Amino acid sequence: MPLRLMWFSCVISLASLISPAQAATTSELIQTIKAVGPEGAGNVAAIKAVQELSQSSSIELLPLLTAMDDASPLAANWLRGAFESIAAREVKTTGKLPAKELESFVLDTKHDAHARRLAYEWLLKVDDKLAERLIPNMLLDPGADFRRDAVQRFIDEAVALQTKEEKDAAIKTFRIALKGATDDDQVQAIAKPLKELGETVDLQKHFGFVTTWKVAGPFENHDLLGFDAVYPPELKLDLTKKYTGKDGKEIAWVDHTTEDEYGKVEVKKLVPFKGAVTYAAAEFTTAAPTAVEVRLATPNAWKLWVNGKLAFARDEYHRGHQLDQYRVPVKLAAGKNVLLLKLCENEQTEEWAQEYQFQLRISDASGAAVVPAAAD
Amino acid sequence: MRMTGYLFTLLITVATLAPAADWRQFRGNDTSGVALNDTLPDRWSKDENLAWTAELPGRGLSSPIVVGDRVIVTAATGFRQDRLHVLCFSATDGSPLWARNFVATGRTMTFPKIGTATSTPASDGERIFALFSCNDLVCLDLDGNLLWYRGLNFDYPNLSNSLGMASSPVIVGDTLVTQVENDSESLALGIDVATGLSRWTSPRPKKANWTSPVVLTTGDSSVVLLQSSAGIDAIQPATGEVVWKYHDGASTIPSSVASDGVIYVPSHGITALRLADNSSNPETVWQVDRLGPSTASPIIYQDRLFTLNRTNVLLCSDLKDGSTKWQLRLEGPFSSTPVAAGGHLYFFNEKGMGQVVKIEEEKGELVSSNDLGEMILCTPAVANGALYVRSDQHLWKIAPTTR
Repeated sequence: MPLRLMWFSCVISLASLISPAQAATTSELIQTIKAVGPEGAGNVAAIKAVQELSQSSSIELLPLLTAMDDASPLAANWLRGAFESIAAREVKTTGKLPAKELESFVLDTKHDAHARRLAYEWLLKVDDKLAERLIPNMLLDPGADFRRDAVQRFIDEAVALQTKEEKDAAIKTFRIALKGATDDDQVQAIAKPLKELGETVDLQKHFGFVTTWKVAGPFENHDLLGFDAVYPPELKLDLTKKYTGKDGKEIAWVDHTTEDEYGKVEVKKLVPFKGAVTYAAAEFTTAAPTAVEVRLATPNAWKLWVNGKLAFARDEYHRGHQLDQYRVPVKLAAGKNVLLLKLCENEQTEEWAQEYQFQLRISDASGAAVVPAAAD
Repeated sequence: MRMTGYLFTLLITVATLAPAADWRQFRGNDTSGVALNDTLPDRWSKDENLAWTAELPGRGLSSPIVVGDRVIVTAATGFRQDRLHVLCFSATDGSPLWARNFVATGRTMTFPKIGTATSTPASDGERIFALFSCNDLVCLDLDGNLLWYRGLNFDYPNLSNSLGMASSPVIVGDTLVTQVENDSESLALGIDVATGLSRWTSPRPKKANWTSPVVLTTGDSSVVLLQSSAGIDAIQPATGEVVWKYHDGASTIPSSVASDGVIYVPSHGITALRLADNSSNPETVWQVDRLGPSTASPIIYQDRLFTLNRTNVLLCSDLKDGSTKWQLRLEGPFSSTPVAAGGHLYFFNEKGMGQVVKIEEEKGELVSSNDLGEMILCTPAVANGALYVRSDQHLWKIAPTTR
């Protein structure tokens, strides 16, 4: 009898050691990770959660991917970390992944583009036919990396046709490639041969540059004080008003439309002053409320208002400029939207510090141009 | 029997005390760039002393680091350089051990030459800390498992530089110290290595700055030197408290170096500062304008100061007064900082030419030029008799090869 009791006690003790408390579920661990915030908020709990998730089996790969759909970019990287630990271990030990489920995830464009790409890149390690199967149909995919791969295939095909002097087929294929191209290197790889083939590409329209502006300046920016100074256009935008600007100069809004194929507005030619602030205003019409990115390139300091609300500001001068240098997510209202850009030039005298210019386009998150609706 | 026992004990003791010579951060564990106990080959080619070559998936100019038998390096891929890679290779044979990649949460625009994988990672022997130009900071264990992640540009929206950022963090105790200085939202941070939480955050001069912190150890205590256009602030790493300062300006590209209580700052050429103690502002010992380094940081080796100027002339100077002992023209241009081992300095120019200079009392002798054939911007790492250097495409181990 005592032996039986002892055995029973051992079983009970063992059972309580195995599950001393309710273990967190995958969902709970994921929620803990998704709660990470700025300045390390939530890190302590997330560290434990990610360590636990990283030791999970491949059954957790899909929940981790799905969780990225509504995770912040920061939290998404935590989830990636766990995903890659599991996937790496699975591939190393079994040579396999849950391919069918992961491929379905890749093909579902409602999911987060980065998550889909993560799944795709891991599937490539176990399926070398995957690219051939999926990429050709991804020319207009919302995921920028998928689009790039698809565009490149069409570019390669078009170049081969061009080499074989099949002109019409080459033009047709380049035009197909152009539909998906959102990065300048690929657009140039298409536009240049099309030009050689006698075709033109409207780069302003393709990229969605805002090209028609009202410009007013110069206001004062001596000692860089103009960046924070609140000049009248910031208080109330009235395109009929005149102002007193730098050195007592009278300023009026002037119309300017840029012919530059990359939408560049050479402010220096309109407002040839150092130590100056210039405002540029434009309208952009959308049919419905639309989440867009305002993509700005400039070597000058700037502030951007959209419909009277400050969207972003940056006080950096002459550290270079390139297309899509800044990407500012904004929500445009249905109908007319007003963009106001404040562009500040400093007083540096070095030869490389003399540019006063900007280019601004409106795109979706993948970089494809958002076409303005016709204004009423 | 007694002698056998004695020898056995001695062997065990030696085996226990002899650690692998890690190279755990930019310019090595003590940020000096000197490998005191290593001897390296003085020439290499594809047929000689090239132990292995590993392929890298993307671009970078960060230095490799070495922790035990692991060589860790960062890279970046993608049209926007927004895919951030941390890669680990076997130091023995260059085989890939693991690879992880993340998506940048910060701005990835840089000067086109450099890309996003600019800062050299750091390790405390248990964890790896990888910082990128976009100010994403990743902490992994030595097997590549994520421990924590910070997006410093995610936290501070204007913490970026359109030319890119390149300061490499250092670790002192339980604190990772990083300078993320730029024209706009300019900061230095002390981050708890275990949790990724900020121990302290300090505003810094609003001027782009690519220098890296330097660890200055005196006895049992260490301060970290933060160099900027303003000069030097010496801080307590755990608290960020400024202990002393030198504010007569300094360069924002080559970093300082220190030896025997004297700091050699790229300021008005080179300015030598002597510390009275760890709390008073230092005194200027000498200042020599012609020693001003270009991009490469100065290095102290065998009681001499070595600087490389913008015309690619290597100057060997006396530590006491900055007087030039000898000079030697090398073939540039250079983005990387040299390292020292076995009586030689090792330079890599941007064309991939590794130049080995033998250091002697009265002269330096260029003993070999060895072409790796690819652009090299990174400062090498030295560990266990091997030199590790990378390009955008490859990671090399340069070490004696047996035939």
